Amino acid sequence: MSEEEKKEENVRVGIFVCHCGSNIGGLIDCHKLAEESKELPFVAHAEDNLYTCSETGLAAIKKAIEEHNLNRVVVASCTPRTHEPLFRECISEAGLNPYLFNFVNIRDQCTWVHMKHAQEAYDKAKDLIKMGAAKAVKLEPLEMIMVNITPAAMVIGGGVAGMSAALSLSRQGFKTYLVEKEDKLGGRLNSLYKLFPYDIDASEFIGNIISNVQNAKNLEILTSSQVINIEGFVGNFEVEVEHNGTINTFEIGAIIVAVGSSILDPTGLFGYDGNKRITQFELESKLKNNKINQKDIIMIQCVGSRIEERPYCSSVCCMTALKNALNIKDQNPEAHITILFRDLYTPGTEYEEYYRKAREQGVLFVKYDPEKMPVIEETQVKVFNEYINTEMTIPYDLLVLSTPLVANDDNKELAQMLKVPLEANKFFLEAHVKLRPNDFATDGVYIGGSAKWPVDITESISQGYAAASRASTILSHDTIEVEGATSCLPEYNKSLCTGCEVCVKVCPFNAIIKNEDDEIEIIEALCKGCGVCAATCTNQALVIRHFTDDQIMSEIFAYGGE
Amino acid sequence: MDIPSKSALIIGGGIAGIQAALDLADMGIQVNMVEKKPCIGGRMAQLDKTFPTNDCSICILAPKLSECYRHHNITLYSYSEVQKVEGSAGNFSAEILKRARFIKEDACINCGLCAEKCPMRVDDEFDRELRKRRAVYMYYLQGVPSVMTIDKEKCLWFTKNACRICEKTCERDAIDFDQQDETIKINNIGSIIVATGYNLIEDINKEVLKNYGYGKFRNVLTALEFERLESASGPQGGHIKRFSDNETPKKIAFLQCIGSRSDRVEKYCSSICCMYTTKEAMIAYEHDNELENYVFYIDMRAGGKGFQSFLKRGENEYNIKYIKSKIAQITIDEKENPIIVYENLDTGEVKQIQVDLVVLATCIVPPQGIDKLAEVLGIELNDYHFIKTPPFISVETSKNGIFTCGCVHEPMDIPRSVAEASGAAARAAEVIRGG
Repeated sequence: MSEEEKKEENVRVGIFVCHCGSNIGGLIDCHKLAEESKELPFVAHAEDNLYTCSETGLAAIKKAIEEHNLNRVVVASCTPRTHEPLFRECISEAGLNPYLFNFVNIRDQCTWVHMKHAQEAYDKAKDLIKMGAAKAVKLEPLEMIMVNITPAAMVIGGGVAGMSAALSLSRQGFKTYLVEKEDKLGGRLNSLYKLFPYDIDASEFIGNIISNVQNAKNLEILTSSQVINIEGFVGNFEVEVEHNGTINTFEIGAIIVAVGSSILDPTGLFGYDGNKRITQFELESKLKNNKINQKDIIMIQCVGSRIEERPYCSSVCCMTALKNALNIKDQNPEAHITILFRDLYTPGTEYEEYYRKAREQGVLFVKYDPEKMPVIEETQVKVFNEYINTEMTIPYDLLVLSTPLVANDDNKELAQMLKVPLEANKFFLEAHVKLRPNDFATDGVYIGGSAKWPVDITESISQGYAAASRASTILSHDTIEVEGATSCLPEYNKSLCTGCEVCVKVCPFNAIIKNEDDEIEIIEALCKGCGVCAATCTNQALVIRHFTDDQIMSEIFAYGGE
Repeated sequence: MDIPSKSALIIGGGIAGIQAALDLADMGIQVNMVEKKPCIGGRMAQLDKTFPTNDCSICILAPKLSECYRHHNITLYSYSEVQKVEGSAGNFSAEILKRARFIKEDACINCGLCAEKCPMRVDDEFDRELRKRRAVYMYYLQGVPSVMTIDKEKCLWFTKNACRICEKTCERDAIDFDQQDETIKINNIGSIIVATGYNLIEDINKEVLKNYGYGKFRNVLTALEFERLESASGPQGGHIKRFSDNETPKKIAFLQCIGSRSDRVEKYCSSICCMYTTKEAMIAYEHDNELENYVFYIDMRAGGKGFQSFLKRGENEYNIKYIKSKIAQITIDEKENPIIVYENLDTGEVKQIQVDLVVLATCIVPPQGIDKLAEVLGIELNDYHFIKTPPFISVETSKNGIFTCGCVHEPMDIPRSVAEASGAAARAAEVIRGG
């Protein structure tokens, strides 16, 4: 008898078939399923329960574990999505390792989808149980992995998003480092005049936030500093920061990316000359320093955005144009301002009011068709107005181009250091656009503000706070527990590994590295057990715990024979 | 980090409230979550898909519901309302009315036998009254907590002193007709987050929709009704049929800005309609590749991540035609096909088009009961009766220690609601941790 067979000889599987009220029991005979399961290899006990998940059902499992000396438990029921944690906890309370549990889905994937075919559903459920029991035989105990957490955060980027994140973390009591590559905090807001839609001075607003940051406890400001290297993983990052030629290393538990965005270089667009034809940003600095004396002003929206090369809407330009138009009107009510637009983007309550205000104050809006772009001449713009089916000629002495926010050129380097992805326009790509807007797929790294996508100040601030919250869910703990069903390169398989590094490349969580000894190493704290590496490994050197080839093949053989 | 002695109170169990609760709970902070409806999940649970990825809404939401329910730091009060709040930042107390659902929550396992036997047929609120449920019912299929509720207003026992069939049917003795409303007092609340979401204009003002034939013509629906029709768990099992003749529509017109951007109704932009309309049109096209989609809009508002490419995909791959226009009139022909008269705002032409179905993109309005809740909490509302937030800090309210997130203070999409929820959680954690 081989070592393997000896091990299996002591395996005692218990099977619990759940009626789930009428959800399963209403279509197929659960009692018969349980009785037939008793014939399966290594099965020491089988029973059916009206509701295995109820207190009565859970008590029945515990009792059977004791009475029949079970060391593997299979529940054939609803879905592991909602109920696997419950049953794992149950067998754990009865003294078994929680990974010695196997879930067989005979409701969602059987009686529900085959509700008109009772016999076929029965046969399928029987097969599924047979397979599940075969896998259970091969299950091995696993331990959850504990990771220590350094309770310190680093926020990269000292703009309004980064400062909001840093302030919140420091107020929550975490040591926080705020890294800014410029010599002062404030970011983009330093160069703005007023802030829409409130007519508030940008410098005053950002000044207050900077002063809060400077006075905050636990918050260390590192200006003229740049992150040059990041090693480690969630809870245990080592970040190297360069400042005036010296390099300091920081131990960090969580990192927040808040590097903001850049402004498109408008050279070559609509006759841009930086003088008579300028960008909205240049207009802002003019407004900040002097009065605008020009009488005829034209603004053009979507300059360099919503085009093939840059298909996105930069979302802040319409409001910026309205703001600057209103500010000019404020200084000079006689000014004629025409905004050439495609779709006015003023969502929500206050922005829409702002749009109305601009209309009421006499700002003129003309829609242009991207197929018939406005033609810029020395002192006039020709634009085809489809509504009146006429080419309009509008004179100007100042032409203002609404150019979009674009991704920073150095996003790529930072992304590589953090091992996080960028999207097609080179903004950072979050874990899930809908439900994880401020996370990365890599644990312990978070994002907020325009580094992810162009957003206004309000959203930059709430996203800064959001990133702080996400980081706090990690930093609040001395240790965190991570899933034990991870990938591994077992000692006995090391000779199979050729070091081709395909696994390193395919891992979506950057959990696989080649270490100093030139060996493939899995950082278990980062591994989610998705199995991509093992499926890709040409020599089958990698093993996914809880989903080993042996375990999966045993299911297949149980179904189709060897 | 030490475990804080103060807890958080979260009002509203939609996606915003859920995210805020999970963040705080994952920080080790005790959370009390209060949801008015029998189950958490909110509006997102009613959606079929979500833009711009067209992920199945309930599939990405359900794990969060279950996480929320199972989290050892979260106490969930469903079918409950906050009635009284006292104190100030760092030390609030609250009274919660937990309404009797006449079901023992720890005994019911949502087997559905009682509902099968219940003789009453009642309009199903979750399905926008497009189908009937029973007087004893599950709020929605995947709802959490996964327990039934007896609708006291409709149940024969409460209205006519008769029946009690459910009681006899239940194999787990989970029916309890003697259950009483309970008032629960919670002390030591450090911070409160208001995330009670939104209603739609048709919930408070059906008159507005009448101009577009809604209520008069059977083939004019609201967008949320259409969403339910598209959903596999909805009243038509995901096969879109006209209510007039059960035919599959081949031409659908989606009308934007219903109730919003209007001098007569709501002035504001409802923010999400351009995108959800595009999504609904895409899904309808996926059901039937012969479908023609027309979207009648004023400005397409698609500033979020991936939204512009989503519109392009709609145009190029899902047969959606976007028409910048103003709607003048809707009538029907003898087959109840809606006829839309509109002015094309690009060309100035007045045109008409006959379609099979009209879907109205109705706007978001403040949630019902917000005036009372604002009074209970002592927070201010803005002119529209959304929660008033200070300039640039959209998660703060007029009162220290009370934060907000999601559509209760302004119309917004799910990613922004989720981001704000985390943002509000961070701010609440500051207060709770004494920062």
